[in-house]
Amino acid sequence: MLRVTGLTKSYRSAGEDVAVLRGVDLAVATGESVALTGESGSGKSTLLHLIAGLDAADSGEIALADTVVSGLSDAGRAELRRDRLGLVFQQFNLIPSLSVADNLVFQSRIAGRHDAAWHDELVERLGLKNLLRRYPEQLSGGQQQRVAIGRALAPKPLLLLADEPTGNLDEDTADEVLHLARDLVVRTGCGFLMVTHSARLAATLDRQINLHAGVIA
Amino acid sequence: MRRPLWILAVLLSHWRRHPMQLATLLIGLISATALWSGVQALNQQARIAYDRAAATFGGARTAVLVSKDSATFPQQLFVDLRRAGWPVSPMLEGRVQIDGRSFRLLGVEPVTLPSEVGNAPAVGRGSLQTFVTPPGEMLVAGETLRDLGLKEGERPQASGTSLPPLRVQAELAPGVLVVDIGIAQDILKMPGQVSRLLVGKSKGKSKAPHATLESVAGDKLRLVEPSAESDLERLTDSFHLNLTAFGLLSFFVGLFIVNSAIGLAFEQRLPMLRTLRACGVSARMLNTVLVIELVSLALVAGLIGLVCGYFIAAALLPDVAASLRGLYGAQIAGQLSLKPVWWFAGITISILGALAAAAASLAKAIRMPVLATAQPQAWQQAQRRWLIFQSAAALAVFAVAAALIQFGDSLIAGFAVLAALMLGAALILPMVLQIALAIGQRSARAPVGIWFWADSRQQLSGLSLALMALLLALAVNVGVGTMVESFSRTFLVWLDGRLAADVYISAASDTQAKQIKAWLHDRPEVEAILPGGRADTQLDGAPIEVLGLPDHATYRDNWPLLESTANAWVRLRPGDACLVSEQLSRRMKLAIGDHIEVPAPGGDWPLEIVGIYADYGNPKGQIAVNFAALTRRFPQTPQTRLGLRVAPDKIAPLITALQATFGLDDRSVADQATMKRESKRVFNRTFSVTAALNAFTLGVAGIALLTSLLTLANSRLPQLAPLWAIGLTRRRLAALELLKTMAVALITALFALPLGLLVAWCLLAIVNVKAFGWRLPFHVFPLQLIELLAVAMAAALCAAALPVARLARMQPATLIRTFVNER
Repeated sequence: MLRVTGLTKSYRSAGEDVAVLRGVDLAVATGESVALTGESGSGKSTLLHLIAGLDAADSGEIALADTVVSGLSDAGRAELRRDRLGLVFQQFNLIPSLSVADNLVFQSRIAGRHDAAWHDELVERLGLKNLLRRYPEQLSGGQQQRVAIGRALAPKPLLLLADEPTGNLDEDTADEVLHLARDLVVRTGCGFLMVTHSARLAATLDRQINLHAGVIA
Repeated sequence: MRRPLWILAVLLSHWRRHPMQLATLLIGLISATALWSGVQALNQQARIAYDRAAATFGGARTAVLVSKDSATFPQQLFVDLRRAGWPVSPMLEGRVQIDGRSFRLLGVEPVTLPSEVGNAPAVGRGSLQTFVTPPGEMLVAGETLRDLGLKEGERPQASGTSLPPLRVQAELAPGVLVVDIGIAQDILKMPGQVSRLLVGKSKGKSKAPHATLESVAGDKLRLVEPSAESDLERLTDSFHLNLTAFGLLSFFVGLFIVNSAIGLAFEQRLPMLRTLRACGVSARMLNTVLVIELVSLALVAGLIGLVCGYFIAAALLPDVAASLRGLYGAQIAGQLSLKPVWWFAGITISILGALAAAAASLAKAIRMPVLATAQPQAWQQAQRRWLIFQSAAALAVFAVAAALIQFGDSLIAGFAVLAALMLGAALILPMVLQIALAIGQRSARAPVGIWFWADSRQQLSGLSLALMALLLALAVNVGVGTMVESFSRTFLVWLDGRLAADVYISAASDTQAKQIKAWLHDRPEVEAILPGGRADTQLDGAPIEVLGLPDHATYRDNWPLLESTANAWVRLRPGDACLVSEQLSRRMKLAIGDHIEVPAPGGDWPLEIVGIYADYGNPKGQIAVNFAALTRRFPQTPQTRLGLRVAPDKIAPLITALQATFGLDDRSVADQATMKRESKRVFNRTFSVTAALNAFTLGVAGIALLTSLLTLANSRLPQLAPLWAIGLTRRRLAALELLKTMAVALITALFALPLGLLVAWCLLAIVNVKAFGWRLPFHVFPLQLIELLAVAMAAALCAAALPVARLARMQPATLIRTFVNER
């Protein structure tokens, strides 16, 4: 479902080009959960951002199902994120002025893929029923990340991308949140690619890929 | 379609959570729109009045034939021209006194009136027979009827003669009386005479080409082409430009608030915007919805602003009308009647203003990379980067101002100098404040003191727009205040000179004036009778007044001459010399010793200029000659005005006796004190609009400061919480915050004072000279400056009070949350 081939990316820093990704090849199948690990600065987040269409690669190809992401315009990449991807960040990135209920339905609404039954199930399984009228600032970190996962999965994406989703959470909460995410991923049948530092959490997924100095180790 | 609505709902949800920020934005837009629209409403109302005046049976909008010397000419010329195929219509103009007040009387010939001349159809539709057959009808505006205190059908009296019955014709300008030309010739005692011939446009194919003007009228008449702009419009341009400048200044001050609110809101919403982008909202869609959101808010604020603008205009209209009447003799109706274009323009300016104020934020949104990390203070940091650029721009703008002072020679150049000075000062203010605060920081020793100055510098970027608004408002207040005070002081001295007689009489007719003079000769308390009079003529194509002054010590000792030859008054006696008003001397570049030819009924009157005098408030050019010479050259000059020298304790009984003997009312006989009081009242009213707009501008600047402080208050918590954590009480922190605001406001106010004095100098030395033709001496009024400084500090105190009070009462939990959020 996701196929990354020969991906390179470099940034300019202090007048020099710094290569972050040096030809990454990667594939994630439908329904597969993959952990992307590596030390700080290895290029994990950059790779995830490129797959999500948040940034553009220097060379190489990213294909999601039948779509070549690297060939899309800004509007095309926005459409891809809206309709086919779910994104979860370490900082939760909820919309502070919207209630939990509105945050949850936001992406599915703008994607035109709102499914009331699925929404209710998400609310139930994420344990958000009593929190729907609250605002993000009134939630704990674990609760906020559950809302973020719900928002990302509400449009039933092809692939869920998570960048250190448990980085801001304690161990127990991290386990709980990841457990929920994996359950829901299985329920939707989508792919799951998670960037993490934690070898313990990475071990709970189907497969681990280690990125070292910009290449798959 | 639903997608943009969802995104719009998300964007709007920010305002729901930040109502104070929304209020700030709306207040800014409402203030800007209200003040701008209010001023435009006043201008539009005045223009409607000018159009009415200009359209009064031709006016400046129709081509006319006039005699070479601008005097009346025989009606036979009209007959000859009509026979030769000229589509001309005769008109006679003069003035009549009704109840001691002067009205403009127009005699028209309704049958030949060109159809394109305003108001002509109304005469035709009414009973033509009634209009032309004695006693005829006198057409007046509704306002004139009210002024006269009469009803339609009633017949006013003028010099003992019954005028025709009154009939209202709404399109007429106030103060104008229109009658049939034959009736006008009788009233004005000018049988067979006409003042001018209106020239209609030839219509129909059958019209034969008319004979040349010269072949019919010789060199007796000249053609004056129609003007797109009336005399009143030209005369009052500077007044309206002044009003517009004030409106524009208030508008910009309002936009400072909008800019500040939008900038902060954008910065706070950056993470939200990035999340939206991450969730699949395209940049184009996001920017489109941002613009839609802004336009929607501007629309709401614009509508409220328009309503406020209407009330502001309605409140100021009586004073504006009084100013225009006092300065230019323009008659403005007291009721606002606004055209739809005003509403449309108001909404448009609100939307354009909002877009302009948000331009920088929108541009950032367009360029915003999805992945950049959120930096809540980035906006302020960016402002700091602009500091050097701003200062360089300020110096360039000052250079432009200097060049304009050196080489500019027009009213527009004068206003451009003012605009450049203000813009330059606003741009350089952040640098001035930075330097002042850096000096403070260097001189501080205690840790809290060092933090105080350093934090003030850091806070500066967020406050600089509001402080610029305060600077501009204060500078304008100082500038205009100094100008008005200087004018007031000069005016009072001038008034003492001009109103040197003790009693002034305006008789109903020459006959009554003669009777009064004879009666006064027998009164021992009357030390001198000073007859006066004035005639109208044209000089260099512009109307001027010729004022007759008797040869008497009262004038010799008191008349306010700016410069003169030796024995100027003695040289007036033979009737071959004159004094000219300052504005006429400037307009025609006349100096002492120059010679002018004044058109008079008997032929041109050659005069040598022996003096120049101040004549404040008179829109027309004026020359002063010996009274006896005036009556010789202009024999039809009404001799109804008399000045008397009377012992002070005898004034009141004399006036009472005059009123009892000749039936004169308060308008026809007045003592000097009353005249001065009335003149001062008119003077003060003239500047009350300016004072009101000054106060509005300062008020808006105060709101700008308040809103900036309120919007900054939340983002200040990360700076204040650590100090609270290490032991400074909330009360002390609040006091320090208050002190910081007061310190920057004080530096701004001190900078505004010299800037304001420079503005005053520009107004006095450049703008007034170009706009009105007179230059006033420049005075500095320290007490006024101290007063304005106090007002500025009070405004800053009021603006800072609310956010500081909130800080003082802030719950520790709120401050602790700062550390949680800052992780």
